Parts: sequence; C-alpha cells; structure tokens
Amino acid sequence: MDWSHSFRLAAPEELLTIASLVLLIMSAWMRGKGAARLVTWLAAGAIAVAGGISAIDLCAGASGPGTLAFSGLFAANALAAFAKVLIAFAAVATLLVAPQYFSRYAAYRAEYPVLVVLAVLGMGLMVSATNFMTLYIGLELNSLASYVLAAFLKNDDRSAEAGLKYFVLGSLASGMLLFGISLVYGFTGAIDFVAVGQALTGTMPTGAVFGLVFVLVGLAFKISAAPFHMWTPDVYEGAPTPVTAFFASAPKVAAMVLTMIVALQAFGTQIEAWRPIVIFAALTSIIWGAVGAIGQTSIKRLLAYSSINNVGFMLIGLAAGTAQGASAMLVYLAIYVPMTVGGFITVLMLKDEKGNPVDDIRDIAGLSRHRKVLAACLMMVMFSLAGIPPLFGFWGKFVVFQAAVQAGFFSLAAVGIAASVIGAFYYIKVVKIMYFDEPAMKATGKSDWIHQAILAVCALAISPLGYLASKALAEWSGAAIASLLPMGV
Amino acid sequence: MNQFPILSLMLLVPLAGSVACLFSGAKAARQIALATTLFNLALGVWLWSQYQVGGDRWQFQENVALFAGFSWKLGIDGIALLLIELSVFLMPICVLASHSVDKRVGEYMAAFLLMETLMIGVFAAQDLFLFYIMFEAGLIPMYLIIGIWGGADRIYASYKFFLYTLLGSVLMLIAMMWMVNEAGTTDIPTLMEYNFAPEAQTWLWLAFFASFAVKMPMWPVHTWLPDAHVQAPTAGSIILAGVLLKMGGYGFIRFSLPMFPEASAQFAPLIFGLSMVAVVVTSLIALVQNDMKKLIAYSSVAHMGIVTIGLFAFNQQGLEGAMIVMLSHGLVAGALFLCVGIIYDRLHTREIDRYGGLSINMPKYALFFMLFTMAAVGLPGTAGFVGEFLSLTGIYQVSSWVAFVCGTGIILGAAYMLYLYRRVAFGEQKNADAAAMPDLDKRELAMVVALALPVLWMGVYPESFLAPMRNDIAMLDARVARAKPQGDAQLKVGAPAAKPAAGHGEHKSEAQAPEAHGGAH
Repeated sequence: MDWSHSFRLAAPEELLTIASLVLLIMSAWMRGKGAARLVTWLAAGAIAVAGGISAIDLCAGASGPGTLAFSGLFAANALAAFAKVLIAFAAVATLLVAPQYFSRYAAYRAEYPVLVVLAVLGMGLMVSATNFMTLYIGLELNSLASYVLAAFLKNDDRSAEAGLKYFVLGSLASGMLLFGISLVYGFTGAIDFVAVGQALTGTMPTGAVFGLVFVLVGLAFKISAAPFHMWTPDVYEGAPTPVTAFFASAPKVAAMVLTMIVALQAFGTQIEAWRPIVIFAALTSIIWGAVGAIGQTSIKRLLAYSSINNVGFMLIGLAAGTAQGASAMLVYLAIYVPMTVGGFITVLMLKDEKGNPVDDIRDIAGLSRHRKVLAACLMMVMFSLAGIPPLFGFWGKFVVFQAAVQAGFFSLAAVGIAASVIGAFYYIKVVKIMYFDEPAMKATGKSDWIHQAILAVCALAISPLGYLASKALAEWSGAAIASLLPMGV
Repeated sequence: MNQFPILSLMLLVPLAGSVACLFSGAKAARQIALATTLFNLALGVWLWSQYQVGGDRWQFQENVALFAGFSWKLGIDGIALLLIELSVFLMPICVLASHSVDKRVGEYMAAFLLMETLMIGVFAAQDLFLFYIMFEAGLIPMYLIIGIWGGADRIYASYKFFLYTLLGSVLMLIAMMWMVNEAGTTDIPTLMEYNFAPEAQTWLWLAFFASFAVKMPMWPVHTWLPDAHVQAPTAGSIILAGVLLKMGGYGFIRFSLPMFPEASAQFAPLIFGLSMVAVVVTSLIALVQNDMKKLIAYSSVAHMGIVTIGLFAFNQQGLEGAMIVMLSHGLVAGALFLCVGIIYDRLHTREIDRYGGLSINMPKYALFFMLFTMAAVGLPGTAGFVGEFLSLTGIYQVSSWVAFVCGTGIILGAAYMLYLYRRVAFGEQKNADAAAMPDLDKRELAMVVALALPVLWMGVYPESFLAPMRNDIAMLDARVARAKPQGDAQLKVGAPAAKPAAGHGEHKSEAQAPEAHGGAH
C-alpha cells in the first residue's frame, strides 16, 4: 500500500485533525473578545475545505479498490464523499450561528468550534469505515465531542442535564454496539465488513444473530429510531439550540449512512434476518414520532419528534434492501439536512426584544403578521417536513416509498404513507398558529445576516426549485451506492 | 414540439403574479392579480382558438426531462381544454369578488394566483407524478385561504379539508408508484392505453377512488365540503365549487375509467349506490338548511352525484353529460356563491331568514339570482339542463332504477332552490336592514353578467362545448367498451309480423337476455 495514496484519500480527515489541534492551541493562547469568533471562522473554513475535497471525490464518482486507504481500513469512496459533503454543510451552518446564541449567556468559548471539528472528524471516519474498528473509533470520537457540546452551557441546568443524559444513554448504546461487534467477530472471525458479509452466508448461528441485533440496536440509538429514541426529545430540548441543530443534522447523516453500510455490506447477505427489525423500527418511528409530537408545546421538542419521524421514513428505504432503496435514503438525507437546519435556524431567529429565545409554540402565534419572511420560511419547512408537494420534502418521501414499492413492499409503503398523515396534523398545527391565530407579538427580535443567509440557502433548497436538483441528486446517490455495492445487493 | 410553449406560459404567469403580490401593498396586489388573471384569460381564449377540433388527440404538447423520475410534460385534449378554460374564466371573477377582503390582501391574492397555477397544472399535466404534485400542492393555498380569511369556524374547517384530502391522496400515490413500476412509464397517454391485470386494477381503482371520492366529494366523505364552503371567503367558495371539485371528476375521467376499465365496471354498482344516496340525501339536507352557503354546498354534492353516475354509465351520452354538468356546475355554483357573497357583503350574515323580499329593493340582483337558480334546477335553455339531461339519458341505458332515483334528486333540487329563492327574494321585506340594501353596483353587475352569458350559451348551443371533447369522449367510450356492463333494459327483438311465431326462438342472442325492467321498449 502506497502511503502517499492513502494520505491523499484521507485528506479531509487529516485536514480536520491538524485544524483541530492548531485551533486548540490557538484557543489556549489567544486572548481577547475576537479570538473565539476567529477560531469559529477558521474552523468553519477548515470544515468547508474538507467538504470541498470530498465534493471532488463525489463528482469523480470514486469507487473500487483504489479508494481504500491504510490497508483497507478506510474508504474514500463516493458514498463517504456524499455523506461528508452533507455533514460539512450542516456543521458549517450550525457552527456559524453559535457565537450569537452563546454570547447572550457570555458563554462562548473557542473550544466550541474545536469540539465541532472533532465531531466532524469522527463522523468522517464513521462514513468512511470499512470495518467495525474504524466504525467504533469514529463513533466514539463523534459521541465524546457531542456529549461535551450538549453540556456546553454549563451554568444552565437543562444543558447539563442534557449532556449527562446523552452521555449515559450514548454510552449504553456504545456498549451494546461493542457487545454486538464482539459477538459478530466471535462467530465470523472478521471485523472487515466485506469479510463479515462473506462469512455470514447461509443460516446464521444464534450467536451471530444476537450480534446482529445488538449492533442494530446500538445504531438505532445513534440514529434515534423508535423504540430507542427516548433520549432525543430531552437532549434536543435541553441542549443549546445551535448544538441541537447540529445534533439533528450532521451526526444523523453520519449514523444513518453508517447504519446503511453495516446493514448492506456487513450484513448484506442476511437481509432477511434484519429486515423485520428495520421495518418495525421504521413504522414505530413514523407513528411514534407523529403521535408524540402532537401534545408538545416546545418547538425544539416538536422538531425532535419530527426528526424521529423522518428517521422512520429513511429506514423504509433501508427496509427495501435494494440499491435503489439505499440511494433513496441518501436523497432523503440530502433533503433532510437543509430542511432540519432551516427549521432550527428559524427557531434560533425566534427571539423577543431582549434577545431571549422563544421556544413555546404559543408565543409564535400570528408570527406571519410581523415577521412575514421568517414565518413563510418556517411554513415551508413545516410543509416540507410533512411531505406536501410542491416542496422538496415530498421528493425525499417519494423516492423512499418508490423504492419500497419497487422492492414489492406495498403494504409497508401504504401503512407508512398513511401514518404520515398523522404527522401532517402537527406540522399544519404550527402553520395554523403562525398564520391563523392572533399575534402574540413575542418573537419580535431581529437576527444577524448569517442567520438570514443560511436560512435563505435552506429555504431555496427545499422550495420547488429543489426539484431541478433531483436529477443531480439521483446521479450522485446512484454513484455513491455503486461505490458501496459494486455488485448490487 | 417546436411550437410556442403556451401551457408553460399559462402556468408561469400566475406564479409570477403570485410572487409579485406577496411583496406588494393591498391596492397594488389587487391590480396585479386582476391584470394577471385577465392576461391568463386572454391566453386561455387564444388557446381555445388555436385548439384544433378533430385534430390530434393531444395538442400543445411540451416535454422537458427536467427531473429525476418524472418530466415536465404538458399537453391537453378537449376535456382538459374545457376545464382549463373554466379555471381561467373564473379566476378574474374571484379576484373581483374579493373586494370586501381587507386584511392581508397581498398574501390573499398570492394564494389565489398560486391556486390558479396549480389548477391549470392539474389539467395540463401529462406526467403521472407531475399531476400528483400539482393535485396535492393545491392543499397548501387552500388551507391558508380557508384558515386565514374564513369565518368563525375556519380552523376546524381548514384542518378537516387538509387532513381528509391528504389521507385520500397518499394512497393514490402508492398506487401510482405501483403502476409506473409495472408499466415502466410515467406518461399519462401511454398509461391510458396500458392494460393492467384485472386483479391489480381492483386495488389500483380503490386507491384512486379514495382520493377522487374525497375531492369530488362523494357521499359519505363529503362532510368536509359544507364546512370548507361555509368558512371560506366568497372567492374561495367559487374556486372550490368551480374548479377544485372538478379535479375529482377529471381524475375519474382521466385515470380511473381509461386505466382501469374492468375495475370501473366492477365498482360501478358501488358508484351508483353512493351517487343515489348522495343525490337524494344531500338534497334533503339542503332542503332544511338555514345557511345559504351550506345549502349551495350540499347542492354541489348532489350535482356531483349526477356527474359520477354519468361517468360510470359507460356510454357517450353519460360521459358527455358528466362533463357538461361539471362545466355548468362550475359556472352556476360559482355564480350562486357569488350571489350569496354579494348580499353577505352588505349584511354580513348568511342566514336565510335575515333576508326576504329582495326583489323589491334589488331587482337586478333578483333577476340574475333567478337565472342562476333556474340553471341550478336544470331549466331548459340553461347550462344545467343539458348536462343533467345527457347524464340521465346515459344512465337510463344502464339502469332505469338509478335514473329514476337520480331523477327524483332533480325534483328535490328544484324544491330546495326555489324554496331558497322564495325566502330570499320574494315575500314581504320583514327585515329593515335587508330592505335597505342597495342594488348591484357596476363591479358586481360585470361579474354576474360575465357568468350569466356562458350559462345561457351552454344551455342554448351546447355544441360549442361538446365539439372539442367529442372525439376524446368517443375514444374513452371505445376504451371502456370491453368492460361495459350490460344494461337492465334490453330491447327484445321481436319477430317480423309477416312470419309465423315459430321463428321467434332463433333470435337467441338478444332474446336470452334478462327480462326488461323499466320501460325502454
């Protein structure tokens, strides 16, 4: 193995490693008010460049043995590149809005962007994993950074509680995952995904079945699929809003892609074994995410349930167990990221005169009267999350359900799509509060241009103009899946 | 293909107007909206003039492969042409009828113009998924129109409208995906020729039925309509009754019948049953309403019942009649809602008892209200007669019982409409404020005259409207002919009088048919 080749392939991760170390030193030595902001911009720049490098890989449609680095421990294929571009976008968007939020509490420190860089680095490893060891290292690097981020507002009890909850439950999930990995290793003698897949043909030994279940349960925790979603609303509500926005977007992409890689590559020969589990998780997530959201009064909690709901739809693509289903998941993710980032940016922009965040859903009543554009953006996000055409969110659901139908799962598709109507109820409730109710005149505060710019980008992406990108998305996601499964499923 | 993309232009003009309205003040928004809709009407007139009757089946076709999985494919036949004309014709009237709307005018006009784009899109789409997107997207502006500018119970009505229609439509989406997977194309004209297996048709038909029945709306899933109508502003009601209800009928005529002929025949008794119940029950309900808009809303459900029986009569008269009922109902129900809106603007109540004797102080109004009432009843010489007559003629060939029951509905229709008219326009002027209302002003007069002319035109010379769609209806009739259910009134071929009675038994094929009911000999 040629080292220079390996270093070239892992360039985004190396860049992020160096950046995190340099920025850490900078944050330790630099003084003054502007230091944290400077570090933020540098970190965002580094992540953006890393994403740019990945974008080149994606456009080249990198696949085959030439994408394996470090003796096959790391793959820089089109799939990883696809995920990394999304992660980079989500991370940059949510990082840039952080300083303004934390400055209110005088709690912004340069460590924040460094932790985000480390988390992004972990995610990069996750989606580039070709074996359970890389997977676990990436996952833990991401998780450890995330625990600290959740508790970043250390003087706020709810933030601390969120951090602790996230840590305890996340560790439990990691433990289960590790236990599952050890069982799989014990019964197959391999940790490489492809080798595990080859070893698991035919009837599975009971122990390996246990291993598979534990691995999937661990991953279900990370993607917050029901019935392992309990931590999500609490953590999303307690964590500082920019951190919540980050959690709902970037790690979701990484964990989702990772789940897909493990399911289709490591357990790709045992689709029938895991399909019932995934179908169960998908339908429970859709229904629970919808029903649970109905009674919520906090917008952040509502969006948390919405993310559970969306995970359910993505898992329908996985349940199809086909290359088409997998690429549908990627398309869904690519739409989900601007949708959810846009949603949280709007939440960040909801402030009262003094700049205090507004989180109670009743306080945004009549928002459309005094904040026309903001309300229109939130309405687009809501209808898009509900999957109502002509907004682009519809397309995500469309491709996923089409994959399920083409794989022959009509009843799954019918039940899933019928359950989406339950979800529509609470999405349109938000629209009702903003548009139909008398103004509460609470959320009157203004936001800076960064918020507006990011919101504009997200709103444009989920607007009907997004359909013009559907061809490119189909092509890229197709190339990504081709790089994962050159033989098909 | 190289011709001017007029359909795209007709979609883009209101869309651009919609964006412009969103960012303008009240006065400017009204002007922009009126200009846009009039321009689109002019385009519509030009479209009709360029449409070659008896020419290609699909005209003005455009096809750009813009998206993954489906394409921007537009094109119209005679059926779509007439429904597009109806939409572009009603839109300027809606804008004018919204004179009394004074809150958030920019957004209001934007929602209506967006609605116009989507309605034209539904009728012009030739790609299955493009159709679905346009069909479903109408939920958003309609939800906002009812919810923001509606009456007291607007929120309940808007929820009901949104969730009912969404639930109906999502199952259709799954069915569409299955069809595309099976047939390998999203092209509607190709799918209309594709023969799906009869067993599959059953399920597909039901999935489409779930959507179209709610949109239509058919009994018993019609309950969203009275709520939505009563709460919607006048223009919202006009659009709802005038065009949105036609989407269900259009769906049956474009999808259910040609794509699933066997299943359509199989489920025709279901349709007949629901339609008969709808015609009679909703007419009876309309008879006891105190709210004018509710009364007209229930009468819409009854009229849609006539449309569905016409559609599932499987013959040319029935299909043509259904189309004419849809067009005439679009004009007449729209006009009636406008008439209600005109007096509502003056007195701010829809309660029938608060009016009375309007023919004394509002003679012009009473005249036009009378015309539209008669058209709704189906008086010969008005649009209503032609459609109802053709539909009932069509259904009579299939089942005389259905024709009989639906004929009763027509009589009940006369009862509730005339009763309404008597209470509003005749009698003594018991309410002083109602008696003091001024007659129609110029704007209102322009609107009712604009609606009255086509109502009379369609009633006196329906050929203008039948000609563009005759070939398309004939093709549809030929397409469904193989599944045509046998009528209950079979003509028995008698033996020629000169020959002895012994020859009678030789005419087996006809004479074996079941004994005739009814009296079609």
